[in-house]
Amino acid sequence: MIELIIDEKKVKTKEGATILEAAESIGIKIPYLCYHKSLSPLSSCRICVVEVEGAKSLVAACSYLVSEGMNIKTNTERVIEARRLIIDLLLSNHPLDCLTCEKNGACRLQDYAYELGITSTSFEGAKTQYPPDTSNPFIERDYSKCILCGRCVKVCEEIQMLNVLDFSRRGFETKVATFYDSPLQQTDCAFCGQCVAVCPVGALTEKVRRFRGREWELRKVTIICPYCGCGCIFDLNVKDNEVIKVTSTDGVVNGLALCAKGRFGFDFINSPDRLKTPLIRQNIEDKNKEAKFREASWEEALSLVAKRFKEIKDKYGPDKIAGIASAKCTNEENYLFQKFMRAVIGTNNVDHCARLCHSSTVAGLAVAFGSGAMTNSVDEIKDADCILVTGSNTTESHPIIALKIKEAVKKGAKLIVVDPRRIELVEWADMYLRFRSGTDVAWLNGMMYVIINENLLDEKFIGERCEGFDEFKATVMEYPPEKAEEITGIPADDLIKAARIYATADKASIIYSMGVTQHTSGTDNVFSIANLAMLTGNIGRESTGVNPLRGQNNVQGACDMGTLPPVLPGYQKVIDPQTRAKFEEAWRVKLPEAPGLTMMEMFNKAGKEIKAMYIMGENLMLSVPDLIQAEEALKALDFLVVQDIFLTETAKLADVVLPAVSFAEKDGTFTNTERRVQLVRQAINPIGQSKTDSAIIVDLANIMGYKMHYDDAKSIMEEIAKLTPSYGGISYERLEREGGLQWPCPDPAHPGTKFLHKDKFAGGKGKFHPVKYRPPAEEPDEEYPFRLTTGRMLYHYHGGSMTRRSKGLDEICKEGYVEINQQDATSFGINDGDTVVVSSRRGSIKIKAKITDIVAPKEVFIPFHFAESAANVLTNTALDPIAKIPELKICAVNITNQ
Amino acid sequence: MDKLDEILSKYKDTKGALIPILQEVQEGFGYLPKDVMVRIAKDLKIPVSRVYGVATFYAQFYLAPYGKYTIRVCRGTACHIQGAKKVLSAIKNITGLEEGETSQDLRFTLETVSCLGACALAPIMMINKDYFGKMTPQKAATILRRYREE
Ligand code: SF4
Ligand code: SF4
Ligand code: FES
Ligand code: FES
Repeated sequence: MIELIIDEKKVKTKEGATILEAAESIGIKIPYLCYHKSLSPLSSCRICVVEVEGAKSLVAACSYLVSEGMNIKTNTERVIEARRLIIDLLLSNHPLDCLTCEKNGACRLQDYAYELGITSTSFEGAKTQYPPDTSNPFIERDYSKCILCGRCVKVCEEIQMLNVLDFSRRGFETKVATFYDSPLQQTDCAFCGQCVAVCPVGALTEKVRRFRGREWELRKVTIICPYCGCGCIFDLNVKDNEVIKVTSTDGVVNGLALCAKGRFGFDFINSPDRLKTPLIRQNIEDKNKEAKFREASWEEALSLVAKRFKEIKDKYGPDKIAGIASAKCTNEENYLFQKFMRAVIGTNNVDHCARLCHSSTVAGLAVAFGSGAMTNSVDEIKDADCILVTGSNTTESHPIIALKIKEAVKKGAKLIVVDPRRIELVEWADMYLRFRSGTDVAWLNGMMYVIINENLLDEKFIGERCEGFDEFKATVMEYPPEKAEEITGIPADDLIKAARIYATADKASIIYSMGVTQHTSGTDNVFSIANLAMLTGNIGRESTGVNPLRGQNNVQGACDMGTLPPVLPGYQKVIDPQTRAKFEEAWRVKLPEAPGLTMMEMFNKAGKEIKAMYIMGENLMLSVPDLIQAEEALKALDFLVVQDIFLTETAKLADVVLPAVSFAEKDGTFTNTERRVQLVRQAINPIGQSKTDSAIIVDLANIMGYKMHYDDAKSIMEEIAKLTPSYGGISYERLEREGGLQWPCPDPAHPGTKFLHKDKFAGGKGKFHPVKYRPPAEEPDEEYPFRLTTGRMLYHYHGGSMTRRSKGLDEICKEGYVEINQQDATSFGINDGDTVVVSSRRGSIKIKAKITDIVAPKEVFIPFHFAESAANVLTNTALDPIAKIPELKICAVNITNQ
Repeated sequence: MDKLDEILSKYKDTKGALIPILQEVQEGFGYLPKDVMVRIAKDLKIPVSRVYGVATFYAQFYLAPYGKYTIRVCRGTACHIQGAKKVLSAIKNITGLEEGETSQDLRFTLETVSCLGACALAPIMMINKDYFGKMTPQKAATILRRYREE
C-alpha cells in the first residue's frame, strides 16, 4: 500500500496504480480522452495532466504511477490552462456540428469544452475534412470528427486482435486508416464495433441509430445477448418502445467486447414482420397446409388449442402429443413448458434443439464425469498453457470465446487446432491437424496411444480418481499413429507432436463443439475427449477441462430445466420414483413414468404415434436434417401449434400460431455455456398483442383445467430453485446483486462453481470408455463424391429468423454459399460465384459456389441459416444410438454446375 | 517477386526491419506496390495497416509508381499572377497528364506545388532538382521535348 495526497485528501492505494486510478478511488474526477480502462495507456492526448509537487512539468495522470508521499494537485491554474489549450487546439480542427452529431450528449470533447467554458477555438486555420464513410451497413466513420486519441486503433489491436486500423500519414494529415484507407468491408474487419464502443467523440457511430434519438432520450437496459452461448451482456438503448442501438457495458464474460450479431443484430425486435395477433389456419379441417391464416383473439386461439389437445389426449392418450421447447427462451419459460407437457398433458415427450447440437455431450459427459456441462469457465481459457480446439469454428460461432483463446496464445499458450476446415483460428495455431471429417475417434485414440506409449499419462490422477482404465487402454493400443493416419489423414508425426504438446502442458484445455457431437458416433467422440482429459489429469483444475461450447444463448438452461425426455429439471431422472414423488407433490398431479421420445423420434412417428405437436420458439424447418421429409412429418400431424415471434418456415405449417415476445420484452434468466445464470430484463413493451411464453403457457394450462399462477418470472425461479438442487441457491435478489451465478449453486450461501469436478467427479469416479472408430453412416461414393459438412457463420444464426431480419446482417451476407476447394472447382469446371446444384440422396438445393482453401479437396461446407438454400434439405437423419443426435455434420453430396 | 524474396531474406533476422525493407523495395520497384506491402506484412508478421501507416508517414515512400522525371509546377501567388495557369495547361497538353498522374512509360509525373520559394523567377517549374524560371508555354514545350528525347 502506498499513501499519497491528492487535492489535500489522503489516499491509500496499491502499488502500480496510476494517479488517475488513485484519484478515482476517492471520487476525484480527472478528465481523459485517450485513456480507457480496458486498454493499455496511450498517453497521447494529455488532457489528464496534473501537478505533482517537485516535478518540473505536468504529468499525465492516466499513465503516471503513484509513489509514496506524492502530493498531487488536479485543479491548479496551471493544470486548467494546459487543459484549455488542449481542448482549444482540438476544437480548432473539429467540425463543431453538435446540432446533428449523434454523439451529442455523450461526447467527451463536448463535455470538457463545457466544463472549461470554451465556446469556440481561438486558433484560425484550415480543418481537415474527409467525406464520411457510410459504405458498410454498421459503422459510420466520420474522420473529420476524429481527435486522434488512438483508442480505436488500440481496441482493434488489443481486444479484437485484428489490427484493422492504424495511424497513417503525419502532422496535420494524420488519419486513422485501414490498409490503403479502404472501406472496412474490404479488410479483415469483423464488424465487432469495439472501435465504436470506445470512440470518445462522434467519429465512429452506429449507422442504424442515425437521426433516431438523442443520447439523453435513450433508456439503457442491461440485458443478455440472444444469440450464441457466450452469454455476453450489453445495454439495449430504447426510445419509445423501439431499440435504437446496443452499447457495451462491463459484462462478466465479454467486458466491452461483442460480435457483429450482438452489437448490430437487434433490429429484428422491432421488425414489421413480428407476429402481433394469434393466427388460425383458415380452414382448420383442411389438410392442405398451404392454406392461409386468419387473425384471431387470444381467447379463441387458446380455447381452440386447449380443445384440440384435450380431444387428442382423450382419444389417443397423452403420449400421442409431443412438445419442443426452446433454447432461445428463458429458464423460467422452459421450466413451465416441460411442466405443462408433463403435468398438464401428461407425457415426457418433451425435447428441444439440444437434441440436434449437444445431446451427445450431455449423454457422454454425464456418464464419464457425472455432469454434462462445460467443466470450466470462459475466463479461465486465457490462462491455459495448451488449448486443443476441435470441431469448433470458435471465431465465427463463439466470437468472444475465440478472443480468450487468442489472448492465451498471446500469453504463450500452445494452440492446436484439429478440424476438417482450415478455420480462422488456424492462423493463431502452433499446429493445425486437418482430418477427414467423421474420423474423430481415430485421431483421438491415436493421440492417446502416443501418450500411453511415451508414458506421458498422469498415473496418479488415473489411479486415484478414475476407473475402467485397463479396458480403455487395450482399445487405444489398437490405434498406433500410423493407423490413425490411414483413417484420418493426419500425418502420424503431427499427431505424435500434438500429443506431446497436449500431454506435457501443465494446464491443457479442450474446447469442442458440434464438429464433434453431430455424428452417429457423437457420444463416442465425446467419450474419447473425456478419456483424453482424464488420461493426462487435465480436468478438475483451473484452466483445464473438457469444454463443449453450447450453441444458443440458453441451450444450457433449457437442458437444465428438463426439457429433455428422460429427465426433470436438474437432470433428475423421471424413472426414479423418489424424484417423481417430489415433483408430484409440488405439482399436485401424477406424473408419467416412462422417458419420452426424442426430437427425431417424434418426427419419425408424426402422423402415426404422434398426433399433435406444440413447438415453442424453434424454427425446426431449417434446423432438422432432411427437411423435405420433416415437412411431410409436420404436415401429417392432426394438430400443430407453433409459438414464435415470426411466421417462420415452421410456423407456416401450423394450425394455430401463437405470437410470443422477444428477449427484450420479458424478465427471466438465461444460462450461458459456462453454466452462468444471468438476468434478462424487460426493456420494451410487448409488440402488438404478443405475450411472453410464460403467460401463454400459464393461460393454456388454466384453460385446460390445471391451475397455474405466478406473480412474475421471479416467482417461477423460486419454484425452480426449490425443485432443482443445482439451482437451489439461485434467486433474483442474488443475481441482481452478484451479477450472475454458475451452477451448481445448491444453497443461498454457496458462491457458485467456477469449474467442476475439483476433488471428486460429480459422479464419483471418472469413467474411461473404450471406443472404437466407426465410419459415418453415409460416405462419399461415385454417385455422391463429396463429403458435406454444415455449420454456422459469423453474421447469421441458427434458423435465420432473427439475423435474416436484421438489416445490417442480411446486407453484409445475404445468401448461402457452398465452400468448394480450388482443386475440385477446377476439375468440375466451377467458378467462384457460380450457381451450382448440390444434391444428396434426400434432396437438392441451388446455391452460390465459393472457392476457398478453407475446405479440403472432396469436402464441401454449407452454412445452414438460409431458407433459400437450406443445407438441411441434404443432411442425413441417421442417429447416434445413445444420444439420438442426427448426423448433421456428414453426408454425401454431388455438385453440378448450372 | 524474386527481387522481393531476396530483400526479405536479407532482413530475415533483423528486428525492426520494416523501414529498410520498404526503402529497398522502393528502390527496386520504384514505389511500394500494394501486393508487395501485403507480402511484407505477412512475412514480418505485422498488420498490413501498420505497413501502410509507416509507408504513408514518410515522404520518401510512394504508393503509386513515379515517373523518372517529376515535373512540379508552382501555383503560388507570384507565379499565378505571372501566368502559371497557362504554363500548367500547356504542360498538361504536352504530357497528357493531370496533376498527380504518372505517364504510362514512367517517364513523367506531374505535380503542382504552392510556392517554390523563388518568386523572382515566376512563373516557375521544376524537373527533379532543376529550376526553370520565367516560363512560357513555348519554353516549357522546348524543355520537355529535351527530357522526352533523352
Ligand atoms: S469493427 Fe472491430 S474489427 Fe472492425 S475496425 Fe472496429 S474494432 Fe476492428
Ligand atoms: S476515430 Fe475516435 S477512437 Fe479513433 S482515434 Fe479518432 S477519436 Fe479516437
Ligand atoms: S488520457 Fe492521459 S494522455 Fe490521454
Ligand atoms: S509563388 Fe511560385 S515560387 Fe513563389
